[in-house]
Amino acid sequence: MNHRTFLKQLALGALVAAAGLTACSKKEAPPPAPTPVAAPAPAKPAPLKAAFIYVGPVGDAGYSFAHDEGRKFAAAQLGDKVVTTYVEKVAEGPDAERVIRDLATQGNKIIFATSFGFGDSMVKVAKDFPDVYFEHATGYKTAPNLRVYEARFHEGAYLAGIVAGKMTRTNTLGFVASFPIPEVLRNIDAYTLGAQSVNPKVKTKVVWVGAWFDPPKETEAAKSLINGGADVLLQNTDSTAVLQEAERSKKYAFGWDSDMSAFAPKAHLGSVALNWGGYYVKAINDVLDHTWKTGETKWGVKEGMTDLVKVADFVPADVKAKVDAARQGLKDGTLAVFTGPVVDNTGKVQLAKGVVADDKWLGSVNFYVKGVEGKVPAGK
Amino acid sequence: MIRLEARTAPSQLMGVLSPLLAFATTMLVAGAIFAALGKDPLQGLQVFVLEPFNGLRALSELGLKSTPLILCALGLALSYRSNVWNIGAEGQFLMGAIAGGGLALWVTTAELAIPKLAFFPLLVVAGALGGAAWASIVALLRDRFNANEILVSLMLVYIANLLLSWLVFGPWKDPNGFNFPQTVSFAANTEVPRLIPGMRLGWGLPVALLAALAMWLFMFRTYRGMQLQVGGPAPLAARYAGFSSRAAIWTTLLVSGGLAGVAGAFEVAGPMGQLTPHVSSGYGFTAIIVAFVGRLHPLGTILASLVLSTFLIGGELAQSRLGLPSALTGIFQGVLLLALLACDTLVQYRPRWSRSS
Repeated sequence: MNHRTFLKQLALGALVAAAGLTACSKKEAPPPAPTPVAAPAPAKPAPLKAAFIYVGPVGDAGYSFAHDEGRKFAAAQLGDKVVTTYVEKVAEGPDAERVIRDLATQGNKIIFATSFGFGDSMVKVAKDFPDVYFEHATGYKTAPNLRVYEARFHEGAYLAGIVAGKMTRTNTLGFVASFPIPEVLRNIDAYTLGAQSVNPKVKTKVVWVGAWFDPPKETEAAKSLINGGADVLLQNTDSTAVLQEAERSKKYAFGWDSDMSAFAPKAHLGSVALNWGGYYVKAINDVLDHTWKTGETKWGVKEGMTDLVKVADFVPADVKAKVDAARQGLKDGTLAVFTGPVVDNTGKVQLAKGVVADDKWLGSVNFYVKGVEGKVPAGK
Repeated sequence: MIRLEARTAPSQLMGVLSPLLAFATTMLVAGAIFAALGKDPLQGLQVFVLEPFNGLRALSELGLKSTPLILCALGLALSYRSNVWNIGAEGQFLMGAIAGGGLALWVTTAELAIPKLAFFPLLVVAGALGGAAWASIVALLRDRFNANEILVSLMLVYIANLLLSWLVFGPWKDPNGFNFPQTVSFAANTEVPRLIPGMRLGWGLPVALLAALAMWLFMFRTYRGMQLQVGGPAPLAARYAGFSSRAAIWTTLLVSGGLAGVAGAFEVAGPMGQLTPHVSSGYGFTAIIVAFVGRLHPLGTILASLVLSTFLIGGELAQSRLGLPSALTGIFQGVLLLALLACDTLVQYRPRWSRSS
């Protein structure tokens, strides 16, 4: 290309860009104001504004993706009664408070903060906006206008455990874990209990990565579990890395948070999915109907907030039947994941025989059940 | 083929205007991106660039976001002018946060009734010591063993991060925090005093502005400041003049580490009010961009901090107001840097098109 044509093209490009700009800026000039109708039709209430903040990018799969699917579901269900917005990739800490406060200032009447680390920011902003409703996922701090909700994720993990217990050849399961908080420990224990319900010989190895989303670390953890003999992996982290590592190593694994079957067609046994949509519809309806009250919501398989979905075709029918039976039991209340006797891996009885765990017990799980190897890190 | 030919007399005026030109270019590109996304470019720019200045609270938030950037970038500007490549401000920031946070935690758990105004200077000192101590490792290794300070300062970032994690997962963990990695919330008397009641902006900003003024005086009005800067572009001349490069290493690293540390202490005792594993959202690294966009000049640093904070906050607003993706902030930052580099190059060099032989 010689000097002149290059310049010409440059000039042309600049012209096009400038034209585009002016064209667009012209568009902005006084928007044709809707001509006021003489007799206004029976006033339709303005749509309720609902806002969501996510800790991660929405992306194609994972935790924030599942929440955004829930948002879209609610928006579709409620139609023109609601307008939703979201802000993604909000860091847990000082940035969150600014975002939440801004959303409240913008006239959002209900704000969903979908990660634990947003809790203190929600408490601070909720105090300043008494007529806005705040919903915090997986948190524990409430206020008159701030309530918390979470999924009984461990029920889904239990169903995955049933499949894992039947599919393992080495009788060794692997679990890639994030932070040693009760929620994650419950999932490790439930996964193991589910497997033991169909295969008492099963043991579980755990590797902690200290992050919710860190694909390289998750991959490393999956590799070390596989090297240690584990052949069916589950993770309480949010990326598809563990599943993809299992695919490469020709082992089995599960999706987590959302349907991840597309990422590992051979390794994928099923996905422990979260379905927040139902709750989002209910919460927004509570505001619309003026029935919103503070409190805690914990929904499980029964309410459809968590489930094992997309169980692979190659999983034998008798295994699927066992999963269906357990799912039915969870739904009609004849089965509870944590029913005594629950014994930890030091031999101590944590839940007496015949006792069904209540929410308080579930909220303070800090041990591994029998069959999980190792020690819970740094619990004080 | 394009050849770059050094201009014999680069325009001084254009040298000064180059950042403005880069900013204007960025805005043009931004407008085009908004148009491509099907949004009104003017409205997009308004949300991105003007909305962060709209109202007292918005200004308070902007100041809050700029404070750590200014403090970190000031020290880096001095380092880079002196040919000391400290890129570990993030680690020094974290160590300041650990030192300041540790002090606040101690006051909280011991229930010391120390007044807010008396605690503030202690906080500044703790943060400065924490950051400077961390940077002194870099200085020591460079001074004694000639270890590359780029590598050492960067590696120390990861160590600082792990140290922070260990503390909040272990000894400093809130016993009632459901095993979550975080300390207790600090007592009210440890909080950085606020400038405006009800707003989050605290005394950190005035301290940062004073630091910028002091840095300006040091750089351009003291013999010692001049000595340091001669060592940057002309190390041989500096040695010939008898200026010590050892002194340059120690001074710049201690000063930049200390300033980054103060920024970290302000962050934990200010808007956070506790230690968690996520103390910084990359302030120490963003400050490197700030230092260069600000032409390694103390006043430029202030302006550049404001610009980058505007982009960060504007990015959030563009999501909630216009439904635009969060990736825009990163794109605009990248375009700004690229445009600045391009402008600087074109001020210094003349592009010549010639037929390749």
